[in-house]
Amino acid sequence: MSALQIPARPTAPFERLRWAIADSLTVTRRNLAHIRQVPEKLLDVTIQPVIFVLLFAYVFGSAIQVPGGGSYREFLLPGIFAQSITFLAITTAVGVANDMQKGIIDRFRSLPMARSAVLVGRTVADLTQSVLGLLVMSACGLVVGWRAHNGVLDTLAGFGVLLLFGFAMTWLGTFIGMSVRTPETANTIGFVVLFPVTFIANTFVPTQGMPTFLRLMAEWNPLSATVAACRQLFGNPGMAYTGDAWPLQHPVEASVGYSLILLAIFIPLSVLRYRTATTR
Amino acid sequence: MRMGDLAVEAEGLQKRYGQTHALRGVDLTVKSGTICGLLGPNGAGKTTMVRILTTLLTPDGGQARVAGYDVVREAEQVRYRIGLAGQQAAVDELLTGRANLEMVGRLYHLSGRAARQRAEELLERFDLVEAAGRIAKGYSGGMRRRLDLAASLVAAPPVLFLDEPTTGLDPRSRLGMWEIIRELVAGGTTVLLTTQYLEEADRLADRIVVIDTGQVIAAGTADELKTTVGGEQIDVVVRDPARLADATTALRRAGGEEPQVDAETRRLTISVTGGVAALTGVLRELDAAGIEADDLALRRPTLDEVFLRLTGHVPDQIAEGAREEEPALAGVR
Repeated sequence: MSALQIPARPTAPFERLRWAIADSLTVTRRNLAHIRQVPEKLLDVTIQPVIFVLLFAYVFGSAIQVPGGGSYREFLLPGIFAQSITFLAITTAVGVANDMQKGIIDRFRSLPMARSAVLVGRTVADLTQSVLGLLVMSACGLVVGWRAHNGVLDTLAGFGVLLLFGFAMTWLGTFIGMSVRTPETANTIGFVVLFPVTFIANTFVPTQGMPTFLRLMAEWNPLSATVAACRQLFGNPGMAYTGDAWPLQHPVEASVGYSLILLAIFIPLSVLRYRTATTR
Repeated sequence: MRMGDLAVEAEGLQKRYGQTHALRGVDLTVKSGTICGLLGPNGAGKTTMVRILTTLLTPDGGQARVAGYDVVREAEQVRYRIGLAGQQAAVDELLTGRANLEMVGRLYHLSGRAARQRAEELLERFDLVEAAGRIAKGYSGGMRRRLDLAASLVAAPPVLFLDEPTTGLDPRSRLGMWEIIRELVAGGTTVLLTTQYLEEADRLADRIVVIDTGQVIAAGTADELKTTVGGEQIDVVVRDPARLADATTALRRAGGEEPQVDAETRRLTISVTGGVAALTGVLRELDAAGIEADDLALRRPTLDEVFLRLTGHVPDQIAEGAREEEPALAGVR
């Protein structure tokens, strides 16, 4: 054996943080390497949203009136972006549940690495994957007639709001994944919880026609704030009606706020679960 | 380095899962540079023991030091000094063999170059060079275990925990694994291995600790265990079934004890002390009575018998390798 020098773990807080980030990146690389082996994992973030774009644009598009006028397809795309970003939680939940079932988690837990790296690496990898999904959907949107009208900065800000919300969703997914026993359950729970959330919102239809109870839920739904923020930043139609709900009147602030609150709740909860969890 | 004479010292370890006591006060010491075999049936608490000593589980009671550091209070120091490989191979199935080892190297904060170099060394050492570029999912059971072991050795830890390292392996892979373990110990590594194969403990371990239902029920070298349980036996297979009764009388005269008789196989068994002298005595008595024997043997008890005597049940017959995985939750029956 050649001279093997294992660096000692630093004690200074800043250095430790640097090491924790390095550990997270190592795990991120590992998760992204999985995609090369199982490319069908990308179907969730690519083909599925494209199908939704086409279905809604052509099937429902003719029947739905956008408040204040404007193209339904331009109204639709921010909704599709946000829905697909929300479903990121399911991808992460399944990934985490999978990891926790596999022996590799014992390897990670027996190594002197940052405890948080396994979860951070998972969420960062999933978020990276969703960037690809956003690119595919944007291209598809451009083909069906969607445009961002407010210049580069606002457009980037729109995607930034989406990705921040996506990051919050990956941590919600992490919590779900840590709380169930199998990837199948993670998938089911994620879907049952999130599917209605993406419909009881301003994603596909204007909220103003909904029964009062549903309308209130829709208008206060964090997803609606994110959709509205995108519509505002991209200059897409549908912002003529904002109702009485504060989040829809200040969608960017509301979306960012919701995302930060979700992160503040689910990061600590997930890390706590991870610390106490064993593979069984 | 604080590791003195003892690589592992556990005192009164307890662990409960709900109503089940997986460990009820286990003491265990392993001298540096030796192999300790933790032997016990399924659910005896072996895996729980390993998981506590490798910082994966927190004990409910008692304490343990590994390589001189407390497994609860100084877990990170412990993690720097241990390797863990087990029946549930802790490798990433979707990464190549090489990528698995490089990832572990990076998690020890080796530079990219050092991690690659270390991975190559280990791939070569464990005969995985050819498979290095393929993902671990397609590996055979033996290859997967070797990769798992290689991953646990990336930092060349002084203390190695092997949880049923050969369960489910074919006989050839098992012999290969034994060879590797012996080489590691020859190089100064301390090994704690759990097994339900008595032969494995017998052949590998310097010292054997037998646990059952979460308690240590015996400890010592294989020879010591065999001696505590009972001395030697003489087996006689009588040629003529009609002379079984006469043979019984002859053996009683020679040994003083009541022989066990198995009429179907014409086998008589008697416990003796004194080894070869006792054998001569039996021969003389049989000869005097004019009884012909097909077979006559002096034998020491096998560890199987030791095990049966100690635990009251026959060790699990899993040698066929039929069972790949056991529930990670030990202690449940």
